Amino acid sequence: MSTPLLKVEDLVVTIAGQPVLRDVSLSVAPGEVHGLVGESGAGKSTIGKAVLGLLPRSAKITHGFVMVDGVDLPGMAEARRRRLLAKEIALIPQDPMTALNPVKRIGVQMIAPLTRHLGLSRKEARARALAGLEEVAIHDAEAVLDRYPHELSGGMRQRVLIAMAFQTTPRLIIADEPTTALDVTVQRQILALIRDLQARHEAAVLFVTHDLGVVAKICDRVTVLHAGRVLEQGSCAQVIEHPQHPYTQALQAATPRFDRPADVLSPVPASLAASLWKDASEWDRRHPGGTL
Amino acid sequence: MAEPATPAAPAPRRASHPIDARLVAGAVVIGALVLVALFAPLIAPHDPLEQDLLYSMLPPSWQAGGEPGYLFGTDSLGRDILSRLIYATRVALTVALIAALLAAAIGSLLGLLAGYFGGAVDQAVSRLIEVWMAFPPVLLAIVLAAVLGAGLSSVIVAIVVVDWTRFARVVRSETMVEREMEYVASARTLGLSGVFILWKEVLPNVAPLIITLVSVEMGIAIVVEAILSFVGLSISTDFPTWGGMIAEGRQVVYQTPWLLGLPIAAIVVAVLGFNLMGDGLRHALDPVHRR
Repeated sequence: MSTPLLKVEDLVVTIAGQPVLRDVSLSVAPGEVHGLVGESGAGKSTIGKAVLGLLPRSAKITHGFVMVDGVDLPGMAEARRRRLLAKEIALIPQDPMTALNPVKRIGVQMIAPLTRHLGLSRKEARARALAGLEEVAIHDAEAVLDRYPHELSGGMRQRVLIAMAFQTTPRLIIADEPTTALDVTVQRQILALIRDLQARHEAAVLFVTHDLGVVAKICDRVTVLHAGRVLEQGSCAQVIEHPQHPYTQALQAATPRFDRPADVLSPVPASLAASLWKDASEWDRRHPGGTL
Repeated sequence: MAEPATPAAPAPRRASHPIDARLVAGAVVIGALVLVALFAPLIAPHDPLEQDLLYSMLPPSWQAGGEPGYLFGTDSLGRDILSRLIYATRVALTVALIAALLAAAIGSLLGLLAGYFGGAVDQAVSRLIEVWMAFPPVLLAIVLAAVLGAGLSSVIVAIVVVDWTRFARVVRSETMVEREMEYVASARTLGLSGVFILWKEVLPNVAPLIITLVSVEMGIAIVVEAILSFVGLSISTDFPTWGGMIAEGRQVVYQTPWLLGLPIAAIVVAVLGFNLMGDGLRHALDPVHRR
């Protein structure tokens, strides 16, 4: 395997003293789509936030590294990290309704990072933004640039945000449940769009989701997370088709699929969840204060 | 739903929402007052300082014993009340505008910083606000104006010092709401600095609120200015102010009630105008109401 673009190693994060990531390691190769699956509170988004430096104030990285291209991100000087973030890493946020500034036109918001960080002239930046919008299948891109966010539908806004994420040609994109806030038909188009752009731009994607069905569609590799611990990791085919960990198997059984009736869905057994949480508190007991 | 990729066909609704009646009413009142203040020398029938003891304590011209040259009558020194009311508008509006803008600038800045950066900055600003608000505001203003000495600038300073908390509190909480929005997170991942985000991303979203508050604050400033000039701490007493006129009218209220009533009416109209405008602005600038 080539050298990883993103490498998270033995990462422990506590929020207000309580561990939320318990010794997480994963790596994303250039051009790979890496799925991060788990239920609410599993710590999926926290990993994304740690990479982007968006952890809340009360959160602390007590152990481990988040390395991009072999450089530890949280340890980096502020100004350098900002430059790296702007050029190499982009975010596709979860909620397209609040992710665009409501008082600024789409064009202004798309053009600002291009002129600011890539040193493009306003004209070049506008051309680039237009091209970006056309790439996400927005037809009258010219008009959309002059719209305000509230004048666009949710699916349109998510397209704009995807265009914004890809327009600086980053090498790593953090997609934080980008389809959760959208309805199902739009979801499929957005997934296809991300996959398509990712392949064309040869960008790696860390795809955060709670939906195994989405993972199966888009990801190359998968990490299954529960209570901030990695339960299973492997190629998509392997994890989806032959899940090893009982939790992954339970998740599989709880995911609706078109090829089986809805009534065979079964929730994750309470005994399994309880034993997993027991393991987590056992971990906390052995690592007081989140130290490894 | 057939073509989610094309934006909705109808043109943006930007211009179509009806203009709020309160906004219009407030703007008309305030606009009229501004014109009166600007063109006071042209409008006023008399010199507001000119005394004419032969014509003292005249009633309004439509009452028995009124003089047609003195529409609202004269005071105990024979000065034309209408002219004094007109000139007093200048003091009131000057104080309202400058004091409200300064209070807004200081309060909003502190509120933005506290709300966005949180932590120690927030602690410092919040505690300061709490201590500040424990003082009775009017008393604080009177003490301040007394310490600074009478005069227009000390009235303005007193109002700013007392009322910046009004802006700081509201702007702080609004900023805390905005900073949790994902567009702020997005801006941060675009590599923008905290100060840049605060200035270019958050401030425009908080600005409508500040504008609304400024309008309301101008009404409050007019009242405070009236109180300070009532107790003789504003601009020198022979120059007309609404508060000063109330103080003079109070002494002769049984002989000439209009001397007391007219400046009060002027204050009520001005404050009502600013409040209506503030209310209208709040509706006009609020994107939820706008849609």
